[in-house]
Amino acid sequence: MALDLTLTVENEIAKITLAGELDGSNAADFKTKIEEAAAAEPQKLVLYMNDLEFMASAGLRVLVFSKQKMGAGVDVYVVGADEMIIETIEKTGLHHSLIIQETFA
Amino acid sequence: MQRIDVHPTHTHGKFKLRRGNPAPFGATFVPGGVNFSIFSSHATSCTLVLFEKHAPKPFGEIPFPDEFRIGNVYSMIVFDLDYENIEYGYRMDGPNNFQEGHWFDKNKVLLDPYAKIIGGRDVWGTPPDWDDMYHHRARIAFDDFDWEDDRPLEIAPEDQIIYEMHVRSFTKHQSSAIKESHRGTFAGIRDKIPYLKELGVNAIELMPVYEFDEFENSRPNPTTGETLYNYWGYSTVGFFSPKAGYAATGKFGMQVDELKAMVKELHKNGIEVILDVVFNHTAEGNERGPTISFRGIDNKTYYMLTPEGYYYNFSGCGNTLNCNNPIVRGIVLDCLRYWASEYHIDGFRFDLASILGRDPWGAPLSNPPLLETLAFDPILAKCKLIAEAWDAGGLYQVGSFPAYGRWGEWNGKYRDAIRKFLKADTTVGEMAQRLQGSPDLYEGAGRAPATSINFITAHDGFTLMDMVSYNGKHNEANGENNNDGSNDNDSWNCGWEGETDNEYINALRHRQIKNAIALLMVSQGVPMMLMGDEMGRTKYGNNNTYCHDNELNWLNWDLLKQNNDIFQFTKNCINFRKAHPVLRNTWHFQNRDYVGSGYADISWHGTQAWNADWSEDAKAIAFMLCGKHAKGGTVEDNYIYVATNVYWDALWFEIPQLPPGLQWHVFANTAMASPEDSWTPGSEPVLQDQYGMLVGDRSTVILVGK
Repeated sequence: MALDLTLTVENEIAKITLAGELDGSNAADFKTKIEEAAAAEPQKLVLYMNDLEFMASAGLRVLVFSKQKMGAGVDVYVVGADEMIIETIEKTGLHHSLIIQETFA
Repeated sequence: MQRIDVHPTHTHGKFKLRRGNPAPFGATFVPGGVNFSIFSSHATSCTLVLFEKHAPKPFGEIPFPDEFRIGNVYSMIVFDLDYENIEYGYRMDGPNNFQEGHWFDKNKVLLDPYAKIIGGRDVWGTPPDWDDMYHHRARIAFDDFDWEDDRPLEIAPEDQIIYEMHVRSFTKHQSSAIKESHRGTFAGIRDKIPYLKELGVNAIELMPVYEFDEFENSRPNPTTGETLYNYWGYSTVGFFSPKAGYAATGKFGMQVDELKAMVKELHKNGIEVILDVVFNHTAEGNERGPTISFRGIDNKTYYMLTPEGYYYNFSGCGNTLNCNNPIVRGIVLDCLRYWASEYHIDGFRFDLASILGRDPWGAPLSNPPLLETLAFDPILAKCKLIAEAWDAGGLYQVGSFPAYGRWGEWNGKYRDAIRKFLKADTTVGEMAQRLQGSPDLYEGAGRAPATSINFITAHDGFTLMDMVSYNGKHNEANGENNNDGSNDNDSWNCGWEGETDNEYINALRHRQIKNAIALLMVSQGVPMMLMGDEMGRTKYGNNNTYCHDNELNWLNWDLLKQNNDIFQFTKNCINFRKAHPVLRNTWHFQNRDYVGSGYADISWHGTQAWNADWSEDAKAIAFMLCGKHAKGGTVEDNYIYVATNVYWDALWFEIPQLPPGLQWHVFANTAMASPEDSWTPGSEPVLQDQYGMLVGDRSTVILVGK
């Protein structure tokens, strides 16, 4: 299953776009991207998920990792995720640590 | 400096290996790999079996090299595993000799007793593939949940108000009005936290949530053809794993996180989580049961066996876990420590706990090491430990359970006494003991009132509505010719068996329910109520609904509207208990005035003030609590007077007089119609006649002096 990941950092905002299917086979790539983003020491991390079709538990693990890696002072946004992904995030309690939005202005 | 312990020293085919760490047992992450460790004292060899998730056949089998076994523990690090996508098990070889107690069979893949996640039953009620070579599949769990500042609440035991519930039953009914995907799950409980808060309970006790197999002994209902399940789950498959089928996210393997998220949210709302844990037996059943785990790993260590090699059955479920074997003690302790530390669980209720005090041949021990170990364990130090102080082998220890200053007990004698009293069948003398926190059972051994978990109903037996609607059990739907379930229900149908339109009978039933709730909430000790009793839940006279995944078990939330008077009354009684520390004493009454208030801490009355009738045929009792003695005189509270009349006619009660300046106010009068049957704290009206009052037939009145 394919996952496309792109990272940009502008004005102390790191943006990662995810497209395709995030599962156990590629979660490590996503994790590496988070690490790259963290190295830029941004003020915010924005994860664009508009084109993410599926996220397995391995992906949720990386979301947990993202919050822990960025630290308490950095807000992590999940943007444009579909309802099933948001529901899973909510049911597992991750929404307390992440900011879930439809768009990022 | 670079670590050197991250490098493999051995290989097996494509797998890179290294000698493992024998402790801890189970599968744990180590740098670069996963450490697998498992105990068996009688196996001659052990093989790790690796599957991709859901795959019918393994992708690898790695025998533990001889040099990787230390003592009776096989341990091995396997490097470069895709730990998100694997399931694992073990094959064990060794003697297979029934009489000697050995059941080794290397053809079977065995579940790790320490598995933290178990796959294979990911969605509730999905029939399994019976040809699967490995049904319950161990997976590797992560401990990266973000707890933020959460920790167990450590509510004082006497301040608890427990609500016993079943995860699936609580929200499965469509009337629960939550998202369909959340119904019957941990997420569903989270959705209903506002309800639990409104009701006022501060602890939920969950019927078993460890992974169990709802298909264990499943069968068609002989009448309807509907599948009958192992619905309640009192039959553990894995002691460390939450039931996947109880998680809306079970299909993603995220049950650990979902359960933790539920606990965290409940804690945020001041509600503790107690787990009903079943260590007396396992899902492997008797000689004809399946081999899942223990039986194939070390049968003789884990189970109590007769000299002929059969299973002792003190649990009534086919086998008995050998709890006072040091190895088994170890797994129980590891398990509870794990749930307390990893899931922030606040307490445990032990099913048929008397079994935990038996020796390997079944004899009760005077100083059972497991019970002692749990009582003094540093990690469990603040957890509530509650025993169901009897077992199916006839050991009944209510009042005598080895407590070590820590253990509480489901007080079966409280249940029986209150039920009998409500139908005017017991002496007021015994009632007086139960209302005081059963000092006759506990005070002599230095055990506090909170030792007594007071309950009138529980999952086992009638609901409160059924207790006042049926004289006998009606368990036909279980398909066992109504032979199952208890015959000792101490119930009374109020004149008609089952549902009726008769207004008089229905009014009497509501009054009896309110009497029960009122007495429960003014008793010293810890009140525990059964899910749905606050809204008049019925199981239509079935007192043993262990096998029904249907409306017999699912809570019908429409009852909240239908029986709103019961809900409002219960809510007010809970608030009343919370508002009055004199109802939640930390030590037993002394029946004397030790603070100089002019009143004893508790005083007993009858239809005449200061003159209780203790005769065997007395049908009324009243008592007064002096607020200046609240919590041993350390807290100031109001005076409380409770009069209860179980006679079939109204009785005039003379009321004890308060100190000058104070007046009696009416908190509750079950003879009155709602909403005048109870009041919110602070709004109680002044009692018109301060010298006496008429207490209606089969009614209870609670006054507050302020």
